[in-house]
Amino acid sequence: MSTTVIPTPAKAPARPLLPRLLPYLLSLPALIVCIGILVPFFTAAWYSLQRYNLAMPLNREFVWFGQYLDMLTDPDFWATVRVSAVYAVATVGLELLLGLGIALLLRERTRFNNIVSVALLLPLMTAPAIASLMWKLMTNPNFGVLSWLVALFGVHDFRWASAPSSAMFTVVLVDIWVYTPFMMVLLLAGLRSLPQQPFEAARLDGVAGHFVFFRITLPMLAPYIVTATLFRMLDSMQQFDIVYAMTQGGPGDSLMLFQVRAYLDFFQYTNVGTSAALMIVLWALTYALSNVFIKQWLKLRERTHGAA
Amino acid sequence: MALHKLLRAAALTLVLLFFLFPIFWIVVMSFQTNEEILRLPPSLVFRPTLANYTALISGHLQTASGILDITFLHNLWNSILLSTCSVLLALVLGVPAAYAFARFRFRLGEDIAFTMLSFRFAPPLLVLLPLSLYFQDLGLNDTYIGLIWIYQLICLPLILWIVRGYFEDASPDIEYAYRIDGHSWWRAFTRIAIPLAGPGIAAAGLLSFIFAWNNFVFALILASADKQPVTVGALAFVTASGIQYGQIAAAIVLSILPTLALALYAQRWLVEGLSLGAVKG
Repeated sequence: MSTTVIPTPAKAPARPLLPRLLPYLLSLPALIVCIGILVPFFTAAWYSLQRYNLAMPLNREFVWFGQYLDMLTDPDFWATVRVSAVYAVATVGLELLLGLGIALLLRERTRFNNIVSVALLLPLMTAPAIASLMWKLMTNPNFGVLSWLVALFGVHDFRWASAPSSAMFTVVLVDIWVYTPFMMVLLLAGLRSLPQQPFEAARLDGVAGHFVFFRITLPMLAPYIVTATLFRMLDSMQQFDIVYAMTQGGPGDSLMLFQVRAYLDFFQYTNVGTSAALMIVLWALTYALSNVFIKQWLKLRERTHGAA
Repeated sequence: MALHKLLRAAALTLVLLFFLFPIFWIVVMSFQTNEEILRLPPSLVFRPTLANYTALISGHLQTASGILDITFLHNLWNSILLSTCSVLLALVLGVPAAYAFARFRFRLGEDIAFTMLSFRFAPPLLVLLPLSLYFQDLGLNDTYIGLIWIYQLICLPLILWIVRGYFEDASPDIEYAYRIDGHSWWRAFTRIAIPLAGPGIAAAGLLSFIFAWNNFVFALILASADKQPVTVGALAFVTASGIQYGQIAAAIVLSILPTLALALYAQRWLVEGLSLGAVKG
């Protein structure tokens, strides 16, 4: 897109102000709504510098970065970092592999493949919190069809989300169920938009399949892979719905992701200060990552819509 | 080659099984009585019953400890109301802004557009926790308006960036010619630009409806019991004692049916929407 301001018709040079203000007027309402949302953001930053517990209003005091320093020596904080990292890496890694595999299977534009790829979108359109409930029903120890299935294979007493050892596995499984289709559709769109000549040339030359994949397909698909991975990574670091609906962060604190812990800090322990500090840390992490993401995202966008 | 085809078919079967079986199974459960659900091994041979659905719709659940009144239909209504109003508001706010970002180069324009995009990636609780304190002071904690406002965090970035792409793809020359004819800027916008971007606007609207519907955490924190959508309502429902499993399954089916149906209808635009307008399917 190369246009600048549309010139006003020649007969109206008397009103130069309105055309100049027009873009601001058009975007102002959206901006105002968003500024309203920025206010609580600064409040959160402010709270994070205070010792502030709703249950003990008299103890409220300004402690500068005291809470952030306390965090560094708090094993609970490091547990949250570890659990969140494991969750994000496991979900995004597995979803990428699986999504790429499925996209390759459905690469050709046949009617059958198109129907399959649409059908596979259904989990992604399910609310993640509801998806957790679905899997909860299927893994119920009394009647869950999956509990019954693993028992058939000789694994009795597999306790899914209610045992600390398998809780992570279970929520990662639900996350994979919901979000693999996201990877799949983005990579499929990428695969189908690749120019065909290199592949035809490789076929004419009789190049081996794995060579084509690693030397042609993957490098050409890389921008799509990077964008989809960063996109998912940003969401996965902040996962709340699936884990909260499944176990509320338990058993123990085996699933205390950032947002889950902040939620419990706030509502269960009424500790506004620590939960705000925790959220500021998460925000700093996602902000750094989202800057990398937006650069990648812009490259793809330019390819789709022409130079912006 | 035959082996290759066989492997591909096997892989696809496994993939379809993994991704579609849970939905299929919950639908099956929703037509079963509690006895049939508890029977092992699970069986597909049963007499379908509508009792779970009629119980949900009537709002009176027969439990071991007597009659339990539930508000699931009200939750469903809340979801419809919240999602529809949020999308409409986001369209009114977002389409003109998207047009401004697509057609004009203006100071701070890109900064504003990217700030709105960055909202999509900020941790929701960062904003929601302080808001939950404000909402009481502002008297918004028992209103739809407060929720519709905060749902703009979901809908606005989506609409802004998808619709912007459509405005950019449409050549400005037609609008230019129309304005040379002596028509006002406003007429060029409503008569030419909006119809040309029509498919994009429709797609962005449908997708933001789906995402607003599926949202959980905003309403969990900010909505009073009376204003909760199905995602939050269904969770409360599960933890209530004595509710039959078939009724939970039926509630799940009713909660996900609208978005699945819309997704099938809007599938052409899903890729574009999911990538916030960066990739076309």
